[in-house]
Amino acid sequence: MSERPEKEALEVQVVDPAAPPPPEAGEVPVDKPVSTFRLVATLAVAGAVAGLLIVLVNLHTKPIIDKYRAEQLRLAVYEVLPGAARYETLYLVDGALSTTVPDGAKAADFRQAYVGYGENGERIGVASSRGESGFQDIVLVIFGFKPESGVLLGMKVLESKETPGLGDKIFKDQAFVDQFFDRPQTPLSAIKAGSGKGLPGEIDAITGATISSKAVVSIINNGIAEWRPLLEQGIPREAP
Amino acid sequence: MSDQTLFSIFFSAMVVNNFTLALFLGLCPFMGVSARVETALRMGLANIFVLTLTSLSAWVLNTYILVNAPYLRIISFIIVVASLVQIVEMVVKKIAPVLFRQLGIFLPLMTTNCAIFGLAIFQTNRGYGFLQGIVFAVGAGLGLTLALVLMASIRETSELSDIPAIAKGTGLTLIIAGSLSLAFMGFAGLL
Amino acid sequence: MRQTTPSQDFIRGIWKENPVLIQMLGLCPALAVTNTVKNALAMSAATFFVLTCSSVLIASVKNLIPKEVRISSYILVIATFVTLADMMLQAYAPVQHKELGAFIALIVVNCMILGRQEAFASRNTVYRSLLDAVGTGIGFTIALLMMGGFREILGIGTFFDIPLFGPNFEPWVVMVLPAGGFLMLGFIILAMGYVEQRKKTREAASA
Repeated sequence: MSERPEKEALEVQVVDPAAPPPPEAGEVPVDKPVSTFRLVATLAVAGAVAGLLIVLVNLHTKPIIDKYRAEQLRLAVYEVLPGAARYETLYLVDGALSTTVPDGAKAADFRQAYVGYGENGERIGVASSRGESGFQDIVLVIFGFKPESGVLLGMKVLESKETPGLGDKIFKDQAFVDQFFDRPQTPLSAIKAGSGKGLPGEIDAITGATISSKAVVSIINNGIAEWRPLLEQGIPREAP
Repeated sequence: MSDQTLFSIFFSAMVVNNFTLALFLGLCPFMGVSARVETALRMGLANIFVLTLTSLSAWVLNTYILVNAPYLRIISFIIVVASLVQIVEMVVKKIAPVLFRQLGIFLPLMTTNCAIFGLAIFQTNRGYGFLQGIVFAVGAGLGLTLALVLMASIRETSELSDIPAIAKGTGLTLIIAGSLSLAFMGFAGLL
Repeated sequence: MRQTTPSQDFIRGIWKENPVLIQMLGLCPALAVTNTVKNALAMSAATFFVLTCSSVLIASVKNLIPKEVRISSYILVIATFVTLADMMLQAYAPVQHKELGAFIALIVVNCMILGRQEAFASRNTVYRSLLDAVGTGIGFTIALLMMGGFREILGIGTFFDIPLFGPNFEPWVVMVLPAGGFLMLGFIILAMGYVEQRKKTREAASA
């Protein structure tokens, strides 16, 4: 069947990686057969050099990347647990809280919570992160709370791809964010701004970004609900 | 494993975060595919097939082989994608030579198709498990097919209209794509 | 051997055969990460790095690579440099790395880079290939900066995070959304087509 000629011409413009290049004027096409060994050897050598190069650069950059990540997490935990001077990480291993991961397992495979302790060793609260669908994509939030009372201490949006100018107010609008600090009661409920009854669990949603606001509220509610029962059973401490 | 439900992964990949109209993947076939709905449909189906295979391979690679060498991810993924496309090309040539001719240059070009490589990368970044990955691939493929078919049918119809010369070709295609993308934005928030 | 001069090899990629606006290659990054100027710059820089290094390397070893494994070797080389770019970006510009996300890895399937290797670096000297790569890279950067600039100015009201308009500016948000990417590139191409057409009619009229 025939495509329209000009369409054909347009398509032919695209580089076809599978077709051999037409011989340039003056270039003698080389016809000697190349042994399979040579083909494999070329790729193997190329692969080895590539691998070496990557490993070298990785050795150099990995510590920098890890340090940055740890620093970001640290900052986030301290932001949502105001007053904390240090924190210990708890891992959810087989339904129980533990301060260590099983031998050979990677820490990143387990859900984590961070218990913040103040200067005098008193427990400030627990922080954890959770992600749920927002308006555009997944929203990732870290929040801090007191397990014994459910009081919300703070929250920080870690990742969000919500609509610029609307949904992204969940981290850009300071007034919205401030509502999540020292909230005396959870679970929270997102309500239209101005229509609240003044209940302590009410959060004023951002006008025009109801779904993004509700996502943040849902993340915190579900997150606290996930961790509270576990924490109430007892919080393991790291060996000194 | 990600927390997302299978349905939300599927629906999000197909519609809400359509691979072509929202994530800008798979644009080469999208821009250049003929204004024939037939071909667009076939291209889409070939994509779904390759995408699913890619998702499987990516999962296997991530779970068993790349665990200790995550920096080799890009290289191993592209090798896998290139090999898969090569194999699919050979298979299609053998069992459906007419289709092979129709798809022409676009079949080997799937190697550099952002959508296929992109799927492997997104799947890894979001930490999808085995089943989640498959559902993601099928949803993405269907979404791609949907976008391709929509574009092809619009172009089929627009061929009969009177379009100014400067707009013919890519300019118009991009504007149509933009309108489609706008339309698909209506799906956001459905989940 | 090509009949073009070195300076032609260099200039060609910048406008006349601009990879994005004329050849329509590398559209995925051009649309996806150009919602702000910063992102556009970061992506251009990463792509420039990969393109230049790949071209130079491949031009240096082109005689060692048998024809049959040509494409595979190119892809291997490109993938290596993309991995390096990804790691370095993650270490030294983590915020940008997060914004660009998967699209850094997607540089490896940017038709433009493979195209340059196949069409040029595989049959020309290292010096010429370097010129070709730098010219193409500059062309790519120009296209991306145009997109990023327009989209950020109209969509957010800033340029490189510097606010341009007063607080009463109502940003045209769609510009920083996917639809805006398509539309903006479409408008730019239409504008270029219009300019070309006027040039042609003027040349025809004066002939």
